[in-house]
Amino acid sequence: MISADIQIVMPEILLAVYAMLALLGAVYTTKDKMASLLTWVTSGLFVLLALWIGMNGQGTQTAFDGMFNDDAFARFSKVTILLSAAAVLVMSEAYMKRRGLLRFEYPILVALSVVGMMVMVSAGDLMALYMGLELQSLALYVVASLRRDSVKSTEAGLKYFVLGALSSGLLLYGASLTYGFAGTTLFSGIIEASAHHPSLGLLFGIVFLIAGLAFKVSAAPFHMWTPDVYQGSPTPVTAFFATAPKIAAMAMFARVVHDAFGGIVSEWQQIVAFLAVVSMFLGAVAAIGQKDIKRLMAYSSIAHMGFALMGLAAGTVLGVQAMLIYMVIYVTMNVGTFAFILGMERDGRPVTSIESLKMYSKRQPLRALAMLVLMFSLAGVPPMVGFFGKFYVLRAAYDAGLGWLAIAGVIASVIGAFYYLRIVYYMYFGEETDALDGKMNPVLWTFLMASALIMLVGVVNLFGIEPMAASAAAALVN
Amino acid sequence: MGNILSLTTFIPLLGAVILALFLRGDDAAAQRNAKWVAMVTTLVTFLTSLFILSNFNPNDTGFQMVETRSWLAGLQYKMGVDGISILFVMLTTFLMPLVIASCWNVTTRVKEYMIAFLLLETLMLGVFMALDLVLFYLFFEAGLIPMFLIIGIWGGKNRIYASFKFFLYTFLGSVLMLVAMVAMFSQAGTTDIPTLMTFTFGSENFSILGVQIVGGMQTLLWLAFFASFAVKMPMLPVHTWLPDAHVQAPTAGSVVLAAILLKMGGYGFLRFSLPMFPIGSEVMGPLVLWLSAIAIVYTSLVALVQEDMKKLIAYSSVAHMGYVTMGIFAVNQHGIDGAIFQMISHGFISGALFLCVGVIYDRMHTREIDAYGGLVNRMPAYALIFMFFTMANVGLPGTSGFIGEFLVLVGIFQVNTWVAAIATTGVIFSAAYALWLYRRVVMGDLIKESLKTISDMTKREKVIFIPLVVMTLLLGVYPALVLDIIGPSVAALVENYETAVAGFETVGQVASH
Repeated sequence: MISADIQIVMPEILLAVYAMLALLGAVYTTKDKMASLLTWVTSGLFVLLALWIGMNGQGTQTAFDGMFNDDAFARFSKVTILLSAAAVLVMSEAYMKRRGLLRFEYPILVALSVVGMMVMVSAGDLMALYMGLELQSLALYVVASLRRDSVKSTEAGLKYFVLGALSSGLLLYGASLTYGFAGTTLFSGIIEASAHHPSLGLLFGIVFLIAGLAFKVSAAPFHMWTPDVYQGSPTPVTAFFATAPKIAAMAMFARVVHDAFGGIVSEWQQIVAFLAVVSMFLGAVAAIGQKDIKRLMAYSSIAHMGFALMGLAAGTVLGVQAMLIYMVIYVTMNVGTFAFILGMERDGRPVTSIESLKMYSKRQPLRALAMLVLMFSLAGVPPMVGFFGKFYVLRAAYDAGLGWLAIAGVIASVIGAFYYLRIVYYMYFGEETDALDGKMNPVLWTFLMASALIMLVGVVNLFGIEPMAASAAAALVN
Repeated sequence: MGNILSLTTFIPLLGAVILALFLRGDDAAAQRNAKWVAMVTTLVTFLTSLFILSNFNPNDTGFQMVETRSWLAGLQYKMGVDGISILFVMLTTFLMPLVIASCWNVTTRVKEYMIAFLLLETLMLGVFMALDLVLFYLFFEAGLIPMFLIIGIWGGKNRIYASFKFFLYTFLGSVLMLVAMVAMFSQAGTTDIPTLMTFTFGSENFSILGVQIVGGMQTLLWLAFFASFAVKMPMLPVHTWLPDAHVQAPTAGSVVLAAILLKMGGYGFLRFSLPMFPIGSEVMGPLVLWLSAIAIVYTSLVALVQEDMKKLIAYSSVAHMGYVTMGIFAVNQHGIDGAIFQMISHGFISGALFLCVGVIYDRMHTREIDAYGGLVNRMPAYALIFMFFTMANVGLPGTSGFIGEFLVLVGIFQVNTWVAAIATTGVIFSAAYALWLYRRVVMGDLIKESLKTISDMTKREKVIFIPLVVMTLLLGVYPALVLDIIGPSVAALVENYETAVAGFETVGQVASH
């Protein structure tokens, strides 16, 4: 029995064992000299694991008496998490090395947080969920303050930690209420307990759980940490925050509301719809005045999480499918955008002010074009793929009777379009200013171009992601 | 030739890709090559579109040369033309070579300029051929990107304000249409336009927040589409982006904007609003008629006091589009025939007028009316051409402008005499502002020092105007050329509309008893 269980959690165990071995190896041997190698090996391992999970997994299996699920939904999320984490690791290597930031802990911490994420999306029990969540979060707190001698970076780490602890507290409180009133921490037990006339205590439990989850996906009004952490952390770390943890948190969100509370959709639907509408508007409006591109991307991510939550608010298979597609598209766009931001340098020093992009298109027409495609895609203008993400969630929301949410969403997207256009405006219409450096790391260049190309070519069939997301969603929502 | 429509649509895209990938450098030779590649591409597109026209059977009121492929999310890639759309396709392919020729003097970022126009052509053709809701939306919306860049990069002094205003205004209108499309998809289970035309959306009254919605779902959907097309058209309260965009856009951008992009609004009304939401149109139609009448008079008066030539012509465009919306929502053979005719003819005339402004702007770098006067003394050929198109804009019999306005007025007279009467005064106003503009710019003595050395039109400029003059005259004296093609499709549209509305009225009477 145990061996079958272990078989199911093999990818997580492998990755955890790898992380610990790498830690030992690096500590006892060469320390930071191995960091570069470790980064590449770690991301290579991510890709291998993603292939393994993607190719091998079939059907739905549970391990440890339902504490851990291996279904199409978990696999879809894990593959996305692993691939995006691999991409961000590879992108950050050169940047961090040049600035003396590349310590051997970095890839190891990232690997550990990825283990946490994989547990999160597979969790079938509140305990397993919390374990995964904390493993992921603790690793991220440390990574945020990776630049020890920078006030901003340590501030980011501290803020993230304090607010993260608060949200974990909320989540735990919700979990304990749920446990108290449902009598079990297993999702399969909670869904039975909540199916008929959920008690008031259980509803309180849902509210606190969702508040904690909303913090992790940085949905308004639990978003306050996002801009500061995005701005303060070293850019590669910001890139990581904007990708893999977002998918994991969103997938975990879907897991909890469907696996544990799937019987009482109408109870949590309003809460999620409220989070969605507030996030979309806050993200759109607050980003308008930003001068720092990393801060801007933070608000942009809040707005995008609002859209993903719109899909989730539908509470249907279509909604989860839309959310998954939206997240994959969002992550692909963000990888490209952060590849560009990582390449923004003047005299070898990183620059993050939007104004420094003035007339970028004159000197670097191709890169500016790629960025233009990404910006229009983020704004959701067709024919870029970003539009299809919006289309799926709008359709899911409308089908679920949330027409008002769809209308609110598109209006927010018009407001949001303004700041994406502003970046285009600086790159194409602005006046000349001090030039940014012309060189760009070939790895970054490749990711930028690949991401932009995917945004354009994806219009043909979204690379067949639709049926995969459909089966993933079907596995989650019964 | 099963996929002639896709071929025609994507030839310009191919040209743009070739330019982007294979053309290097920014010297004079490279710029000339870019222009020639664009020219050849648009000409080839025009030739293939002639092939479409020759294969088109006007007596078949359905869609022709249809291509279908399945796409993602239950959508489909479906293209086709009918009597209503084919002439817009022809208008686009006919004008694009002239547009390219008109920017022969541009020297900044020529390659990108040409790519933007070629992309725009693909997207415009796609709008007129798409037979799937989301495919239509995709082309409709994507057209904003190249136009945003054309205004923003190659525009005048205040181009940034104008380009943002253009983009955000149109984007806001279109996203509401997107929600409506999602709603239609959800209710009808398909995004296929021909199927949706036969689908009847609910029209039972209901109330939202205490407001009674007459016509129910159809009215709501109609309003969402109206938000998009009214901005695009543009109609009265939401027209303010157009003068800004026109004034700041480069000449070629203005031509495309006035001649083709505005027509997407009118085309949208004919393709979606009337056939899919007949009851919504019936409920909201009177509002459109009055808005159009007000627009005709109001914008004509505003045009009268403009000091910038382009702004004047932009306001005159709004007034002329007023006739179009009026003709469409008169919903009878004359009105819709006239509206389509007016759109085609306005494509030639307003395009030509913006080119006329471009000719003197290239020489003097100002569009202020006061900076000119007495041009006839040094530019006789220009004076003649400008005179011709001024007259066409006024609607002089013998030019295409007359036929369109006359048919619309005939159509509207049968529906609402008061609106017709008000609209007719617009004809007088248009004569006033157009002739006054002409007098101030061209007539009189040449007293301004700066104009003493101005030269007449070059051979290239004359060649650009010849096809426009020919088309304006030809359609003016032989309107059957257009009416024979659109007639049967319009007749079918009107018939279906009347059947649907008649059903609604009987149901309403039964309910009230």
